[in-house]
Amino acid sequence: MGKALNPSYKLYHPKWYRRRMPIFWWLGRFSYTKFITRELTSVCVAYSAVVLLVQIWALGRGEDAYRGFVDWLRLPGVLWFHLAVFFIVLLHSITWLNLAPKALVLHLAGRRVPDTVILAGHYLAWLAASGLVAWLLIGT
Amino acid sequence: MEKSVILQVRRYRPEAETEPTWQSFEVPFQRDWMVLDALNYIKDRLDGSLTYRWACRMGVCGSCGMMVNGNPVLTCATYVESLLPGPIRVEPLKGFPVIRDLVGDLTDFLAKLERVQPWIVRQDQQVPAAEHLQTPEQLAEYKQYSMCINCMLCYAACPIYELEPAFIGPAAIALAQRYNMDSRDQGAQNRMDVLSQHDGIWSCTFVGECSVVCPKNVDPAGAIQRYKVAATVDWFKSLLLPWGKR
Repeated sequence: MGKALNPSYKLYHPKWYRRRMPIFWWLGRFSYTKFITRELTSVCVAYSAVVLLVQIWALGRGEDAYRGFVDWLRLPGVLWFHLAVFFIVLLHSITWLNLAPKALVLHLAGRRVPDTVILAGHYLAWLAASGLVAWLLIGT
Repeated sequence: MEKSVILQVRRYRPEAETEPTWQSFEVPFQRDWMVLDALNYIKDRLDGSLTYRWACRMGVCGSCGMMVNGNPVLTCATYVESLLPGPIRVEPLKGFPVIRDLVGDLTDFLAKLERVQPWIVRQDQQVPAAEHLQTPEQLAEYKQYSMCINCMLCYAACPIYELEPAFIGPAAIALAQRYNMDSRDQGAQNRMDVLSQHDGIWSCTFVGECSVVCPKNVDPAGAIQRYKVAATVDWFKSLLLPWGKR
């Protein structure tokens, strides 16, 4: 055996090399980037929930407070921002629903329900819920 | 047609280096060669000190998993021809401490595997009078998960395992699921106690790459998500149902 060049190495004692995870590891593979993007869209989902809570809070404080909130929503900058948030939340919802068949395995009459049926069920439920909200907002 | 191909191999010789380095080897190209054949050529003809694991050469033993051009693959099942014109970069599997060259230390995985009790657990301690019969439908429930060959490609593909080394990881959870779904097993609660912890199923953020790289189509990501649903139902039952009805 040649002369050891690594001064911290001891014969017959393993010296493992442990890689440090690079901070931009998620840029190294498209699927990782897609995953991080999906995770980041959760921020917009949380933001949408906060806006809804503020809306309810303004409603509870009376007509003036609610009108002030609606005026804020109508500002061009806020409108554009919320349009972007809408599409990001849409992306989040679609990617979320597309993963549903992985988690949900159902059996009917002793046979496994196909993934496409589970997926279709989720999308139909989503459409029905969206239709109900649209009817409440516009139809009544 | 190529006459030779360059393999860039990650070397780590702890007695001589503090960090891994790259070493290039020129090997002859043969259409029927896998990456493992090229590594064996290097070992036999160019540098006998190159260290890596392999055994069956037919995608069964799960020993020869490595990162090839950044992807975790079985080198015995990856044609050199599919990676032309090269160079082909070969590294040890990500996420594991490197002992030497292309050999990772799997001690952590083996300890985690034992924690999930990957064997048939019976509550009755007596030896049964006859074998436990199983229908083809009952076999089909878990067969997919029983195909795991412990090749560790799913761990190398999982960024969570590298970020949070305490995570039990895809293969161990898939194997836990394999026994949970076996009609002869009675150890689901024992495994749930281990896997419902933070280091178990809840560390998984569903990147999904473990299922993409699995050479046996085990689908560990699906197993983990199913486990999450089962754990949630279990928790709701314990919250809502009175004692004795859970």
